[in-house]
Amino acid sequence: MAVGAAVHAITFSQDCLTRNDWICFEYVRTRSDQILEALQEHVYITAVSLVFGFAVAFGLALLARRRPRLRGLVLGVSTGLYTIPSLALFPLLLIPGLALWGGLSSTTVIIGLVLYSLTILTRGILAGLDGVSPDVKESALGMGYGRRRLLWQVELPMALPTVFAALRVAAVSTVALTTVGVIVGHGGLGNLIFQGFQSNFNAQVLTASVLCVVLAVIADLLLVGVERLTTPWRRVAA
Amino acid sequence: MDLLFDAFGWLADGANWQGSAGVPARLFEHLWLTAISMAIACAVALPVGLWLGHLGRGGTLAINISNVGRAVPTLAILVLLVLSPVGLSIWATILALVAFAVPPVLTNTYVGMREVDRDAVEAARGMGMSGLQLLRRVEAPLAVPLIMNGIRLATVQVVATATIAALVAGPGLGRIITAGFGRRDYPQMVAGAILVAVLALLIEVLMELLQRRVDPLRAARSTGAQPAAEVLPVIQA
Repeated sequence: MAVGAAVHAITFSQDCLTRNDWICFEYVRTRSDQILEALQEHVYITAVSLVFGFAVAFGLALLARRRPRLRGLVLGVSTGLYTIPSLALFPLLLIPGLALWGGLSSTTVIIGLVLYSLTILTRGILAGLDGVSPDVKESALGMGYGRRRLLWQVELPMALPTVFAALRVAAVSTVALTTVGVIVGHGGLGNLIFQGFQSNFNAQVLTASVLCVVLAVIADLLLVGVERLTTPWRRVAA
Repeated sequence: MDLLFDAFGWLADGANWQGSAGVPARLFEHLWLTAISMAIACAVALPVGLWLGHLGRGGTLAINISNVGRAVPTLAILVLLVLSPVGLSIWATILALVAFAVPPVLTNTYVGMREVDRDAVEAARGMGMSGLQLLRRVEAPLAVPLIMNGIRLATVQVVATATIAALVAGPGLGRIITAGFGRRDYPQMVAGAILVAVLALLIEVLMELLQRRVDPLRAARSTGAQPAAEVLPVIQA
């Protein structure tokens, strides 16, 4: 009886693969290493892109503030980059890529994603810094704050809510955009989605798609958590 | 840089500009796909956005619909639609493009309607305008800059999404890139990418010109009135 039930369970669960069901735990169980590998690449590409994107955007925002003439240029170029479809941007990056970092690698995807995140992040950081009330800045200057201390201890903390809003948008869209990296062979979960499409494998497509959305939600929640930790005064006010 | 040279070589080859897989045919497909998707998206999103904005209701829905959509990868939507009963027809692609074009149009239309100067609305009401008159003659004209902003963002989005659709056998210029990818023909991939990038930038510039041209208050604004608040452009993957 017990053996019969076990046999039945095996045939039943394998059935969902042969029936090409959308939801199939047998798929998740048997291909877990493949899924984990894709997930790992996805997280790696997204995280590295966001860290570098933020660093570059922060530098550009400070530059744009220091030199108002560059401001239009910085915003214009990053918006122009945003207009280029991702499926075109990744292949375009192969032009320098083949010579500099070996072409079809995750670096190509990361550089593309950094470029895309710049539009959102540079605007967000600039908007946050511009939004600090002049009265507050004047008080700080009157108290003897230097430019650097003013930036790190007054302007930046006050800009954090706007900066985090931009980071959240950038994070969620970067998670989604990573999938298009499949065009240079490194799309993380996008690879699974695309292969699933080519082999008509419903479970693989749905599982990878759901994981993408889950990843985006986790990234968003993480950033909300970090925002709460770094802006304790806002919790008191609320 | 050799790759760039080879890509221009591909573009210079007359054979690539002929037939049903040639550049003009693919360009036509891309433009046609973009136009029909935008037409459907506007037909759906504009009336809803105008009406919700006029009533001042459903704001959370109108705003959040764009945030939710952002988390779902375009590629996932396209593949899921193609594998679904809708199947591998052109309508799966169009449906996906419309789904991605509706949120920016809806959100911007709603915000545009809500940002219309309340004093102007009150004055119009005081003059005895009915709700529909108010919408048609006061609110909608004043909301045009933001509405057009939404349509511009949506068009750029649709051009980009139509490119990705080529990964799942959709028509358009993206096919040149994906066909190159399939054959490991990098010069062709880059040539297709150049074409797509140029098309996207051209459409962005054209839409920006159009946005400026159709503003009914263009003359008033150029005399120093406040420009309309811009909604941060956000493009989904």
